[in-house]
Amino acid sequence: MKIWLLTHGQLVFLEGLKSCLDLLFGEEQQPGQPSPLQFVSSCDLRALFDFVRLSLAPCGSASWKGPVLLVDDLSVLLSLGATPVAVLDFIHYCRVSVCCQLQGNVVVLVHSSEDSEDEENELVVNSLCHHSDLILWAQGLATGFCKDVHGQVRHSPAEQDLVQIYQYKIQDRNVTFFAPGLSAAVL
Amino acid sequence: MAAAGGERGRTSFQRRPGAGPRPSALPGTRPSLRHGQLLLSSGLPSLDCVLGGGIAVGTLLLIEEDKYGLYSNLLFKYFLTEGIVCGHDLFVASAKEHPDNILKELPAPLLDDTYRKELGDEAAVVNSEDFQDSMKIAWRYQNLPKMETSPTTYTKFGHYYDISKKMPPELCQSVKRHSFYLHEELSFEPKMKAWNMNSGYARLLQSIQRIISQEGFDGSDPQKKQRNVLRIGIQSLGSILWGDDVCCSDTPEDPHSLTKFLYVLRGLLRKSLSACIITVPSHLVQNKAIMERVTNLSDMVVGLESFIGSERETNPLYKDYHGLVHVRQIPRLNSLICDVSDTKDLAFRLKRKLFTIERLHLPPDLSDTVSRASKQDLAGSAKLLSSGCGAVAMGKKHLDF
Repeated sequence: MKIWLLTHGQLVFLEGLKSCLDLLFGEEQQPGQPSPLQFVSSCDLRALFDFVRLSLAPCGSASWKGPVLLVDDLSVLLSLGATPVAVLDFIHYCRVSVCCQLQGNVVVLVHSSEDSEDEENELVVNSLCHHSDLILWAQGLATGFCKDVHGQVRHSPAEQDLVQIYQYKIQDRNVTFFAPGLSAAVL
Repeated sequence: MAAAGGERGRTSFQRRPGAGPRPSALPGTRPSLRHGQLLLSSGLPSLDCVLGGGIAVGTLLLIEEDKYGLYSNLLFKYFLTEGIVCGHDLFVASAKEHPDNILKELPAPLLDDTYRKELGDEAAVVNSEDFQDSMKIAWRYQNLPKMETSPTTYTKFGHYYDISKKMPPELCQSVKRHSFYLHEELSFEPKMKAWNMNSGYARLLQSIQRIISQEGFDGSDPQKKQRNVLRIGIQSLGSILWGDDVCCSDTPEDPHSLTKFLYVLRGLLRKSLSACIITVPSHLVQNKAIMERVTNLSDMVVGLESFIGSERETNPLYKDYHGLVHVRQIPRLNSLICDVSDTKDLAFRLKRKLFTIERLHLPPDLSDTVSRASKQDLAGSAKLLSSGCGAVAMGKKHLDF
């Protein structure tokens, strides 16, 4: 699980795996500084939000407009013991501080599947879909594996009923998008 | 113009003189062409091909056990045996049988000439049949190369093992072995209470972390000149013997223990020179949500489905094979794409001494009355065909292009 925060012209990065190891195997933490991954033992995501809030706090005279918060992978928080309501609260708090107060953007990644049996995950995903301004959904093709088209992305902005579908092919460092029917296999 | 052309001939690249000696390569590893990470062999060269060259150092391979655990146990042993042959250190953890007993039952390595002789015998039998009848109708296909059933490896990486023979004990003793047998471990320390995890898993994590830091696999000991790889094998994780009721109840007491364990284990693997194989009895796990999370938390997931006891055992379509292999996940390290093989339908078979994973080849249905049962079976297995992406767009099965 990783969190990137682009603010004050800097990139603040939290690596979940490393913080988790430090929490579990490291020496005793000072009481004033709880680890951001405290929720592994205490089921409370407040410390994680405090990390985001403190990184966003204006330092010096100028305040940075338009921070960006990237969360790679919210579904992992559920695997680590957080309840779906706690995860949704965390995202809500982040949205209020980043989007409403600072006019920034929040980008969140979740795993989902149409035939998934993970109800908690589906709850989080549905709720996030309702509150998001833009949903990008990457899926495999319904017809199976293809070497030239690796999948499709459904682009659906909120407020509009328009759903655009782009197909993609992934290369080593790059992804090419094209309209359905215009893949290299056909042209 | 001529001057500019001459200048373009010289580049600014200059080789640094005396760049220093190259770091010594770790035994039994080779760098990957795709992402530059070090790869280890899983002990089964055909599995290495399926996984994109091998198991990268620092990653986790999860095997979903087949119904009676026979073939997954074989893969587990192959992994450990490969470690012994390459000179890696081993860490074996189990709650079912004592790790020393597991290590006594490892297969013996096949020397190159004996393996080639085995392969040569079989190939010779096939070739002698072929040369007799040249194709009469499909003569255009006469000169096409034969279809390769098992994925080929062109480099010498990975060894073959003979299951019918046991590894000689002196070879087994030649590497350092650490073991963790749950029922012999001391009660857990009070610090682990804060972890909020099943005590068996917590003790295992403590043990792994201790070995990694004491033996210097995480690079914490700069004095150590010859670095080595640690191969960790955990047998039947999630079964009732570990104290976890994931396999017996739809609503387990602590559904997060297993996933937390995998997360922390992956953290330990990432920061050390180690690789891990875990077998999980996924067919017993009642709550499918947990298996989905377990799959997402592992790097490589391979599921084995054996035909023992199912109607496919007597199905003539599958008569050459003993089961199917489902590759559920392959990691994308340092790159957006992974080396996924083109064949999604894989099957395994256990020949007299060797275990191989091959492309599933269905023989042509030449009977006078095409049987309905086989058609339904094929339709069922068509649904199992996986696409490149994890989630498949369900919908009308139309062609998009």
